[in-house]
Amino acid sequence: MESIGVLMTCPLHDPYLVEQLEKRFTLFKFHSIPDKAHFLNSNKASIRAVVGSASAGADAKLIHQLPNLEIVSSFSVGLDKIDLAKCRERGIRVTNTPDVLTDDVADLAIGLMLAVLRRLCQSDRYVRSGQWKRGEYKLTTKFTGKSVGIIGLGRIGLAIAKRAEAFSCPISYHTRAEKSDVKYKYYPSVVELAANCQILVVACALTEETRHIINREVINALGPKGVLINIGRGPHVDEPELVSALVEGRLGGAGLDVFQDEPNVPEELFGLENVVLLPHVGSGTMETRKEMADLVVGNLEAHFLNKPLLTPVL
Amino acid sequence: MASYANQECFQSNDDLPIVLLHRLPSFNSPLKDILQPHFHLLDPADSPEPASSFLSCHAKSVRALICVYNTPLSAATLNLLPSLELIVAASAGVDHIDLEECRCRGIIMTNASTAFAEDAADHAVALLIDVCRRISTADRFVRAGLWPVKRDCSLGFKMGRKRVGIVGLGRIGFEVGKRLEAFGCSIAYNSRKKKPSVPFSYHANVLDLAEDSDALILCCSLTEQTRHIINKDVLEALGKEGVIINVGRGALIDEKVLVQFLLRGVIGGAGLDVFENEPDVPRELFELDNVVLSPHRAIFTSESLEALHELVFTNLKAFFSNKPLQSVFQIE
Repeated sequence: MESIGVLMTCPLHDPYLVEQLEKRFTLFKFHSIPDKAHFLNSNKASIRAVVGSASAGADAKLIHQLPNLEIVSSFSVGLDKIDLAKCRERGIRVTNTPDVLTDDVADLAIGLMLAVLRRLCQSDRYVRSGQWKRGEYKLTTKFTGKSVGIIGLGRIGLAIAKRAEAFSCPISYHTRAEKSDVKYKYYPSVVELAANCQILVVACALTEETRHIINREVINALGPKGVLINIGRGPHVDEPELVSALVEGRLGGAGLDVFQDEPNVPEELFGLENVVLLPHVGSGTMETRKEMADLVVGNLEAHFLNKPLLTPVL
Repeated sequence: MASYANQECFQSNDDLPIVLLHRLPSFNSPLKDILQPHFHLLDPADSPEPASSFLSCHAKSVRALICVYNTPLSAATLNLLPSLELIVAASAGVDHIDLEECRCRGIIMTNASTAFAEDAADHAVALLIDVCRRISTADRFVRAGLWPVKRDCSLGFKMGRKRVGIVGLGRIGFEVGKRLEAFGCSIAYNSRKKKPSVPFSYHANVLDLAEDSDALILCCSLTEQTRHIINKDVLEALGKEGVIINVGRGALIDEKVLVQFLLRGVIGGAGLDVFENEPDVPRELFELDNVVLSPHRAIFTSESLEALHELVFTNLKAFFSNKPLQSVFQIE
């Protein structure tokens, strides 16, 4: 399989993944190629697979430039960077990394809720800067018992609900259609959900319908005591609206793992004590990244050996 | 005015039950305003008289005392209160009170466990997730503008499904276990006595618990027996991937050894809310990314203080009506 060209479109520095791919295939790291057009022209014939992630995948333009592309294997569960319609049209297989990262993302969502409400990062800074010697840190607010509203009740949404329940948090949710097998309270719109919970979590896939699902109306409904947690995708949120709401105090706080234009984060947020800002680490543990890499490589191997794919989407 | 204290009180001060407010002058608790309409409060800290003479003159018949936060309550002070039957400790820990003297005198003590347990447990879990997933470290990384420069923050470690060992399975320890189970963690504990009704596995000593755990969470009170219960041997048993979380008291851990072991990588990380000599925190910890530090805030939410005030009020009312008390602390 060494002659099979695999194009990694995302700027991934995961050494284990790179090593596993290089062992089996001819790996091209698109991100570090200066003249991409020239490169594609010269190498397009040999490229039969793309490895993408949350930051870059395979859009229509790229797919068009790769006539021998057979499979896109994403180092993520989200598929928003892949033109699925184009892949379907061309008969290109698509795989992702579901389940292995569910627990880590859910753990992080709860970690963000706790960190925001209990001002964990702020008070750590308070100690490290020597301020504790001058006075006590102020009171924060309790997490147990706060109502949690979840947008998207897939694997990750359900895992978040299960954990929040252990803190006696009443759970409500919004999805496209109400789920009959679920005991949580359903709201037919995000605005109603936001108006009826204290902590709102974005846990749905990013699609055309869910782009800017968190807009001014939703933020205002969540309100000056409400907290937004985003472990979905940056474009789920109207970021300028979010920033102004936080700066003006119209929103109580936010825990954000994802942003509109990663790795760029609006600097107005850096001075706020009611936000926690993370560099897209939802699945960022040694254990899970290895499992994800194994799935990416495993799917590619299965495809090129004509075996059933491990985690196919298309 | 809090709703539980809303009942009108028409008795004159002389008819109201006398309660002694035992506090350091710097501790100005809202308790005074809440309790004053309902009890005849004696507040030596507010008097120009020295405390011992105040108590000798005014407190001989006092049956109930509120100990505000960790105001030290010594045998000497207790000796000036011959009629004392009840101490309402407005705190979770009681290591600042002479428990031996209370035991000898048969004084009943209540603490604030029921008001604080959930917040303390939340804080312990928060620290564990933060240490494992490097939340505070990553937040610092982003705020320093490093994400566009360095692209990748170092990876954290999976927090769920860890083997968690809880030291001290009182109210707080139990609430911690209950929460962490939902993250797929297996829960074991060490306590003075085995608790048969609890679904967690018991270890007879802390060393065994540390051997079998990926994370140790300290939720016990500080006594002569538990001082430095986390020592060199226990930390070595916990191991280089092990994490220790302390929401009890600083002196539960041999702090000098802990700092050295963190610097040398003998243990994997620590989340510390308490220290041996607060507010002094060993400066060596400030450089570490596998450590999260908080300034003794595990129970300090506005909701828990509300709950504390209500608990103090309710217990005092119950005492003077000969009704059962809540959150009684068993002095052993």
